[in-house]
Amino acid sequence: MIEALSSPLPPFLIFFAAAVLAAVSPAIVRTTLTVFVPVIGGLLLFNTDLGDYYAYQMFSYQGELYRLDELSRLFGYLFHIAAFIGGVYALHIRDRTQQIAVFIYAGSALGAVMSGDLISLFIFWELAAISSVVLIWARGTSRAYHAGMRYLIVQVTSGMLLLVGCVLLIGDQGGDSAFGYIGANSTAGLLILLALGVKSAFPLMHNWLTDAYPEATPTGTVFLSAFTTKVAIYALARGFPGTEELVYIGMMMTAFPIFYAVIENDLRRVLGYSMINQLGFMVCGIGIGTELAVNGAVAHAFNDVIFKGLLFMSMGAVLHMTGRMNGSDLGGLYKSMPITTTLCIIGAASISAFPLFSGFVSKSMVMSAALMEGYSGVWLVLLFASAGVFHHAGIKIPYFAFFAHDAGIRTSEPPRNMLIAMGIAAALCIGIGCFPGYLYQLLPYDTGYWPFDATHVIAQMQILFFSALAFIWLQLSGIYPPELRSVNLDAEWFYRRAGPVIWNRTRDFIQHLISEALQLMVRILHWMIAFATDSYTPPQTSQTSRMALWVILLLGCYVMFYFF
Amino acid sequence: MNKHRPQPGPKVRRGLVIFYIICALLVLLDLTGLRHGESDFDSWWGFYAVYGFIACVILVITATWLRKLIMRGEDYYRRHEDD
Repeated sequence: MIEALSSPLPPFLIFFAAAVLAAVSPAIVRTTLTVFVPVIGGLLLFNTDLGDYYAYQMFSYQGELYRLDELSRLFGYLFHIAAFIGGVYALHIRDRTQQIAVFIYAGSALGAVMSGDLISLFIFWELAAISSVVLIWARGTSRAYHAGMRYLIVQVTSGMLLLVGCVLLIGDQGGDSAFGYIGANSTAGLLILLALGVKSAFPLMHNWLTDAYPEATPTGTVFLSAFTTKVAIYALARGFPGTEELVYIGMMMTAFPIFYAVIENDLRRVLGYSMINQLGFMVCGIGIGTELAVNGAVAHAFNDVIFKGLLFMSMGAVLHMTGRMNGSDLGGLYKSMPITTTLCIIGAASISAFPLFSGFVSKSMVMSAALMEGYSGVWLVLLFASAGVFHHAGIKIPYFAFFAHDAGIRTSEPPRNMLIAMGIAAALCIGIGCFPGYLYQLLPYDTGYWPFDATHVIAQMQILFFSALAFIWLQLSGIYPPELRSVNLDAEWFYRRAGPVIWNRTRDFIQHLISEALQLMVRILHWMIAFATDSYTPPQTSQTSRMALWVILLLGCYVMFYFF
Repeated sequence: MNKHRPQPGPKVRRGLVIFYIICALLVLLDLTGLRHGESDFDSWWGFYAVYGFIACVILVITATWLRKLIMRGEDYYRRHEDD
């Protein structure tokens, strides 16, 4: 039963109400809703005081549907901004199913970061998984269908791990289902960490992201990139700050995807790998666990949603206008899409953490925290990854899409709503980069950190310019690998290729064994008859006799089951 | 080796010269003492410039080598999954 009906309206309810309304309303109403619902929800959130609302009791569990503290408020604002920008970007879409899915997906993500207990977290978590797959299937291709199925299986599996972990944890806590610090010291904690690890693309569990995101619709990918992984980062920041293993997991996440990103041809998949790299910085920051590091991690999550959204939007615009997404098929688009090119470069500068762009103010915090806590080796890898980010996301994405060799494509700028959405995201990238104080005051801790000192600015400029110098040298000398139409094997090989092959071979082998066993039984039967009658000649085993034996066996089993 | 080696035009060449000058100036900034190292090794002169350059060269050369190991045809998975 839910108590305290006079409490403020939780924003996720508005999104769910909009989903119901979108199911029955004409296109014009749905389009209006996509823009206004995030604005209304955001205003509502802005006017709500921090606190716990909507305590409920179900069976023996007690929970809180709406908990607003510094951490959940930050993610609340972020998801409203993402839903608004995505809504503007998708204004030209008339597909009712996608629009409903977006409302449920955004509402579930909001619900997940605002739920005060583990059971509601699980419910919102699963709702987000199920609603988001619609955005992949909406592409309507066979590849999208298969990628969506794999995505759904992975997401639901993660949900099951979360559920089992939550139930065990609630048992350990004597019935208390509040979602606070969990830690990885118990089985329950490990299961929950594993569930969050799947969602935040830990190494070897990361391929659902690079598999599914590039297959979704141009608009769908923008929403997908904003919510799922960031809900996981939120949950890690709340449940597992200071878990040292996360430092090394995060470090690996920053480093290994950049190798893939350099040789990947599908530019949205490059962004997928780049996203894992950025998630690595956040996971690492949460693992370090100091106030500065956790601030850096959640600030980076905030910035990543906006700059990665901007990059996905610019690539979505290219896909929308040209129908192509491979680096090998693109190039020279700056002539026909100059505004998109400029906006993409702003996103690229932000993800590369150029001073005065948003990535710089948050990445510096994680890097500084790593050094302060004595993780020098980790810091060197993060620095390597920072140079790599500029290389593959900062330079490669704009270069191969808009410059490089002219692929001869003559198109025009995307629809105006797409340009406006990208413009808002770009303005936020520069705004946060130039005035980080507004973001810093929303962070969970007050650390007094300021990134714009000579040391940080000069060091970052040096690393970026010399990464670019390396790119130029490698390009001019012909060492840089050309864009090739290909598939690059990754951890997914185990379940997309090895798994099915092993399964098929095992199945064939078992079928063969059964068949051989049946033949043997038929022969034995014939020999027994021959032995009994003394004149019987056993015929060759045929299909019919094997079928007959199957029927006898089945009937035998049926009779056994019936009597026992 | 990439056979489609880009041939920069005169405008790009001019831009590149400006870029090289900025790179040189950035390294020279280390001599002014404006940048203070936060750890033992990043106090070295030109640390970030050298690290950034070498990191990217290693990244690209390793990735190119990795391609020999892991690159497959475009329909590698599809021909099994569409059955």
